[in-house]
Amino acid sequence: MNSLPKHGRTLLVVVTEAAIEKRLVQDARERGALGWTVTEVRGGSARGVREGAWEADRTVEIKFVCEPAVADAIAAHALATYAPHYGLVMYFAAVEVLRPERF
Amino acid sequence: MHIDVVVWFFLLGVFARLAKSDLRLPEALYETLSIYLLLAIGLKGGIELSRQPLGLLAPQVAACVALGFAIPWLLYPLARWARLAPVDAASLGAHYGSVSVVTFAVAAQAVQRAGLPLESHAPLWVAVMEAPGIVAGILLARLFGRSTGAGAGGWGAVAHDVFLGKSVLLLVGGLAIGAVAGEAGTAPIRAVFIDPFKGVLALFLLELGLVAGARLTDLRRFGAAVLVLGLGLPPLLALGGAAVGLMLGLSTGGVAILATLAASASYIAAPTAMRVAVPEANAGLSITAALGVTFPFNVVIGIPLYIALAQRLTA
Repeated sequence: MNSLPKHGRTLLVVVTEAAIEKRLVQDARERGALGWTVTEVRGGSARGVREGAWEADRTVEIKFVCEPAVADAIAAHALATYAPHYGLVMYFAAVEVLRPERF
Repeated sequence: MHIDVVVWFFLLGVFARLAKSDLRLPEALYETLSIYLLLAIGLKGGIELSRQPLGLLAPQVAACVALGFAIPWLLYPLARWARLAPVDAASLGAHYGSVSVVTFAVAAQAVQRAGLPLESHAPLWVAVMEAPGIVAGILLARLFGRSTGAGAGGWGAVAHDVFLGKSVLLLVGGLAIGAVAGEAGTAPIRAVFIDPFKGVLALFLLELGLVAGARLTDLRRFGAAVLVLGLGLPPLLALGGAAVGLMLGLSTGGVAILATLAASASYIAAPTAMRVAVPEANAGLSITAALGVTFPFNVVIGIPLYIALAQRLTA
């Protein structure tokens, strides 16, 4: 059986405060992101716990699957603009997609 | 001192949290209850609003806006004196300038139970006091805190969040629906929005007890300043609120409610707005003072005090 043709892309995962979700998604679209997925999450680190116990305390995870250069541009912008004052975690992974024109 | 039944639910929540119980209300329920409370409070005020000449309310609205706007400016030097950084002092001001709707609801129940007269359009005061303190806090941060607004949303984003945010939208929406529909029009929905109000408030206070209990354990991180400010500010601000109430010639219950509103601190609208507008401020500090210290103080001790104060002043 022939395997499906796959295309390499970068997955950028941003975990941050819900307060900046809208602005971050807008910034990412301006930098070439074609799609994104948002999930509400809870978590913590050595610096504290974000329980999401009430609405001013929500944390979101935003996933972008895009060209490596676009992922870099989004991450560089987020690091410069939001990292100084907001909780922000980002990581990358290489992924494969089936329909490259969508990413 | 008689403790209102809803306050026991709050204390149960705090206890559950401190005792590390696994009790946790589902997020969707919390969301639903808060929407219900805001709408119900608005509706109740709106029904009364339909019987009032609107011109009569203008001085009250103006005084409430001025009071909310003034609080952060008065509070700023005090917070600076307690060694808070300028942006944190400004952000704390925004929290106390704005109001807590649930504190209002508990106070309104207590006033009613004490058999005191109360202007039934009081929810209108709550609706107009939500925003001015937040605006003043942001101004303070920009003026003294060197908050450049880097990475912050502009005034447009903040205005959208404050005026079209859930609290103001539902309160004003409820007021408008109540005013348009009146007593007869709202009769069919009475069984949902008016009669079960107190039971829903009790359930919501249980959840707030859990959240406040969690903040209480955070107190150690911020030191004595937050505890002193959180306990000292409400009685001080209540005096200011009571004075404004007297000047407006409000009823005994009205003076007590305005004192409570001045003493209360926002833990929904203000933290969200400050996070967007003044990212440099320490969000945990203000929320610990507002929700961990001031809210429990007001609900358990403050409200009976403010009612006694109002009775003394209007006697």
